[in-house]
Amino acid sequence: MNVKSLKTLRYALLLVLTLSIIRVLTGATDLTSVGTASAALLLSVPIALAGLGGLFSERSGVVNIGLEGMMIMGAWAGGMIGTDHGPWIGLLAGVCFGTVGALLHAIATITFGVDHVVSGVAITIIAAGLVRYISTIFYKSGAWLGPSQSPDVASIGTNGIPVLSGGHYFGWQSPDLLSDLAKKQWFFISDVAAILRGLTGDLSYVTMIAVALVPLSFFILWKTSFGLRLRSAGEAPTAAESLGVNVYKMKYAGVLISGGLAGLGGGFLAIVAANHYQENQVAGRGYIGLAALLFGNYRPGGILMGAGLFGFADALQLRDSASIHALILLIVLILVFLVIRDLRKGKLLKAALTLTFAALSLWYYLAVDELPGQLVTMTPYITTLLVMAVASQRLRMPAADGIPYRRGGMR
Amino acid sequence: MKKLKLSTFLLAIAAPLAAAVVSIIISSLAVLATKKSPMDAYRTMWDFGTTSASLMQMLNTATPYYIAAIAIAITFRAGLFNIGVEGQLRLGAMFGAYFGAMFALPPVFHIIAIMLIAMTIGGLWAAIAGYLKVKRGVSEVISTIMLNSLAGGFSSYLLANHFADLTTASNNLSTKEIPASGQFPNLMPLLNKLGVEDQPGGGVYGMLIFAIALGIIFWFVINRTRFGFELRASGANPIAARVSGVNSKRMTFVALALSGAIAGLAGLPAVLGDTHAFNMGFRTGIGFSAIAVALLGRNNAVGMAISALLFGFLEVSSRSLELIDIAPETYVIMQGSILLSSVIAYEVVRRYKITLQSKELAKAVQA
Repeated sequence: MNVKSLKTLRYALLLVLTLSIIRVLTGATDLTSVGTASAALLLSVPIALAGLGGLFSERSGVVNIGLEGMMIMGAWAGGMIGTDHGPWIGLLAGVCFGTVGALLHAIATITFGVDHVVSGVAITIIAAGLVRYISTIFYKSGAWLGPSQSPDVASIGTNGIPVLSGGHYFGWQSPDLLSDLAKKQWFFISDVAAILRGLTGDLSYVTMIAVALVPLSFFILWKTSFGLRLRSAGEAPTAAESLGVNVYKMKYAGVLISGGLAGLGGGFLAIVAANHYQENQVAGRGYIGLAALLFGNYRPGGILMGAGLFGFADALQLRDSASIHALILLIVLILVFLVIRDLRKGKLLKAALTLTFAALSLWYYLAVDELPGQLVTMTPYITTLLVMAVASQRLRMPAADGIPYRRGGMR
Repeated sequence: MKKLKLSTFLLAIAAPLAAAVVSIIISSLAVLATKKSPMDAYRTMWDFGTTSASLMQMLNTATPYYIAAIAIAITFRAGLFNIGVEGQLRLGAMFGAYFGAMFALPPVFHIIAIMLIAMTIGGLWAAIAGYLKVKRGVSEVISTIMLNSLAGGFSSYLLANHFADLTTASNNLSTKEIPASGQFPNLMPLLNKLGVEDQPGGGVYGMLIFAIALGIIFWFVINRTRFGFELRASGANPIAARVSGVNSKRMTFVALALSGAIAGLAGLPAVLGDTHAFNMGFRTGIGFSAIAVALLGRNNAVGMAISALLFGFLEVSSRSLELIDIAPETYVIMQGSILLSSVIAYEVVRRYKITLQSKELAKAVQA
């Protein structure tokens, strides 16, 4: 284990320690429960898949705001096809439809040189419209119960790590040690056990595949010659072309893979995270995936961390508003930490300002018993915004990312 | 020289024409896929869409689109992209309606006060994105999208818990009604004088006049003032702009805040002209359709007006498709295909133009 991963592990344990202190202080038991951890993982997967999709596209030099639209296509196809043909075919359909959306994006940006953001937004608008149009037709034909929701899709099986977190192996019911430990309510130890149980137990097979895609993406992009060519198209396309790399082809590959991953993420939302397609199911997760990509500084491991963070915020928001209330205390603690850091550096004005914010947050925490539902739903978006504000400055994006490329330097 | 002029004109109409043809083909295929006749669909839409009641509704639909599209165009011209218009106009309309109902002023001043409130709120909301962009390096595309979602949650929270008028018993949460002095007069009396008869559906919003004026101001400021030049310069070539003394960071912040301020007004045509309050039925999606309107209209005052009217026409006239058992949502297919094909067509024509010009230049040099 190298120094960097030790450091990450230390931070993770510190975070869990802070969360368990807050849990004891506030009684918000859901903050570190098995359910929250497994919901966080479930909601991180679509964000991570969108982020990985963004990674392939942007490493090849094409900005992909259309991820949102491709996820919408994937979620809808997953619901539509999955209803009749089962969940696996549904997911496959999600991948295909996401790829079709990506093909449009690729044609517009690579072949015709349209501005990447413009094309991406256009594709999102078109995807949302197309899906609504066809859903209405399905509803009118009587196949769907409503124009905004598909019938239910059968579910995909789950499993866990043998001995540690339960599951079935060839008819053998494995013991579930982490669950037992989590139930003991020991400070910190039970919290760690509960989180590990949530992350490793009752996993959908699709979740396992999705998590495996993270190291696989790293391998493809950084350890194969295809990956090197793809990245060279995003860093220095003219130089790559002069060395015989077919830049257009690499960009097409990047964008199409991107759409497939986003479509899988959408299908996951419809089939695994829920059991049917619903309008607005994607709800900005494509964009949040893009934020996870930026947070992760265009690296697969970073994307996973970003997706985990946003997924956690999303899970708490869905499960329990008391936990979000308790999270305000976490913000107070972070702010106090920042105040101490500023005082050490001698930045008095900044420290005073931060302290005011901390005091205000603490006052709000004490004054309100429970956050109103409408504000709770804002958690993932506000988390994204705050994290971007902190993390955006150390970004190193691919050098030619977002610049329309013409072979031979034509304009 | 005259020959060049003619070809320039042909090139200018080539792109929209090609886009229209492609979009008609795609929409026809969509209708054909449901085993219905596209010709019937178009005929029904045309017959219904050209009645005076429909034309009035078309104007009412197009007005907020146009205002919001101008807001987006301001950022496009500065090389930025404000996707957050939806949130800005929602908050602007809600705060404008809430505070507008709290005081009474002489007629014109009351309306101006409400507009200023809406502009301030929309501008401040967009300024968050501006601040994050300039000071923290956060892409305005991501931050404005997040701010959209935040505006949605924030506005429904405020409406339910603080802004709603609970004295009237109704299922539809709504702010208090704005007094008559703050209501924008309808254009119907004026149209009556011109010989247009009353139609069901509430006449034409007075803010249409305001939108037209805003379009003219937009054209003038962007093309004929120093500010507009600096805005375009920082969008077209940030490095060159900085070298010639334009503070591009300041320009970025100002463009986003100004765009938000204009966006704050886009929710007002219906609020000031029809509902006279902000309620849960407030129309969603104006800000996203407006992105398409701005793209289709090339961020140009006249172009955006035409595309806003086109979008309004498609939306209103497609309601008649219900009568012949075709999904009215067909208009979304039409709008979407027009959008994508026109974006591509403009790019192709732009590049063809450059090739043509360099060829002419080469000829001139040889001769």
